[in-house]
Amino acid sequence: MTAPLLAVRNLQVRYGDLIGVADVSFEVAPGSIVALLGSNGAGKTTTLNAIAGIVPASAGQIEFAGRAIAGEPAYAIVRKGLALSPEGWRLFVQQSVEKNLLLGATPVGDKARIQHQLQRVYAVFPRLAERRKQQAGTMSGGERQMLAVGRALMSEPKLLLLDEPSLGLAPAIIETMYETFLRLHKEGLTVLLAEQSVDLALEVASYAYVLQVGRSVLCGPARDLLNNPEVQRIYLGVG
Amino acid sequence: MSSILLQVIVSGLLIGAVYALFSSGLTLIWGMMNVINFAHGDFVMLAMYTAFLVWTAFGGGPAASVPIAAVVLATIGVLSYFLLVRHIMRGPMLAQIMGTFGLALLLRYSAFWYFGANFKTLPDTLLGPPFVFGSIRVDAPRLLAGTIGLIVTLSLHLILTRTALGSRMLAVSEDATAAQLMGIRPEHMQAAAWALAAGATGIAGALIATFFYTSPTVGETLAIVAFVTVAFGGFGSVPGALLAGLLIGVIEAVSAFMIGPVYKDVIVYTLFVLVLWTRPQGLMGKA
Repeated sequence: MTAPLLAVRNLQVRYGDLIGVADVSFEVAPGSIVALLGSNGAGKTTTLNAIAGIVPASAGQIEFAGRAIAGEPAYAIVRKGLALSPEGWRLFVQQSVEKNLLLGATPVGDKARIQHQLQRVYAVFPRLAERRKQQAGTMSGGERQMLAVGRALMSEPKLLLLDEPSLGLAPAIIETMYETFLRLHKEGLTVLLAEQSVDLALEVASYAYVLQVGRSVLCGPARDLLNNPEVQRIYLGVG
Repeated sequence: MSSILLQVIVSGLLIGAVYALFSSGLTLIWGMMNVINFAHGDFVMLAMYTAFLVWTAFGGGPAASVPIAAVVLATIGVLSYFLLVRHIMRGPMLAQIMGTFGLALLLRYSAFWYFGANFKTLPDTLLGPPFVFGSIRVDAPRLLAGTIGLIVTLSLHLILTRTALGSRMLAVSEDATAAQLMGIRPEHMQAAAWALAAGATGIAGALIATFFYTSPTVGETLAIVAFVTVAFGGFGSVPGALLAGLLIGVIEAVSAFMIGPVYKDVIVYTLFVLVLWTRPQGLMGKA
């Protein structure tokens, strides 16, 4: 088996006395799509934020491409090839769509490569090309989601972290979005996906981990989890 | 229009452009990081003394003192950011106010200590005779100061709105955490903002020194103008500072001419209060 691109071991994140993540471990193999599942409050967002470096891990290890990255600042982590499309998108709403995308390309120094990547993102999301001059703050929810993903892609990541890409979107847009993820995956991108919607995530993911109140409690190939009654139980909190 | 009135308006616009320039540094720092730099006026004062030193050291005029003051003040701006502002930003609002206010006093009394309390002026002849355009006469220092003031203020605006640096600086001010996710180091952008703001203030100070007396307390006088200009134009807006600076310059000049020099401040501050009454965010500020 090849070495994992991302390995998280016994991650713990505390906010003062509150424990956001108690004990989470998982791996992402290069070239795979891995889903982090769990209901609201299970610790998916905190886990992704800790990996990207915007919240500090209080214990545990995070290894990316064989190197420990826990404790490094977020601006250094993205330069290593790990990009996060964060919860709530966090776009620069006062700036244009194109400027948001170009900001995403900050880690890429070479102008020609940035232009190439910009055209690639526009090819993936033609809507963004149509709205390139528009202020990000004036866009619809679906367009904002596209922009957040496009902006993360601009840094030419090896690993893309997606936090709830389906949240608040119309079903038709969600479908297009997920088709896009599959396409990017076929082009060689590794994806770690946090989703509340199990069916959606397991449709595209090859492997999945289920989080429950800050712990990774279950894992397996997506196709097995789809029919696992335990997943239902964790989600619905019954039994 | 009478040629005298035209003359008055032109001199108002020229001084207004200088107001705009030395106010844009203040508004830029506020827009970037919600910090009011109470030492702003004293930055202008340091730039004026820099111009004075350049002249006493080797007889240099604005061609030397403007770039030198820009570099000196940009350096002081970056140092102020790393040694003081970066730390007090984590504290409560009052700590921020007292912090930059303390810096103001430090700079002011250092100037007393080093330069003494006497007013210093550069020679009137430094820039040659007044320019004459038809019926309008303009003193050379004011023409130079107004023109460069306008150019530098507009350049500052273009840097903020048209360059990658400006976009990254704005990104940090919008959401510093999201900016980090882009690979931007917020501290670097904030330091760049201090360099730009203080550098522009340095240019303004070196220009003002060519037609205004220099003393350790001159910063107080100028800071009031800067605060009024920034509040009038809208906190955080460089185009607002430009518009407000030009307006204040013209209103001052015209009311001094029509009503009397004694009343010009009354007129300006009355209008200022009226504007803030109806539009508290300033002319071009965000509500």
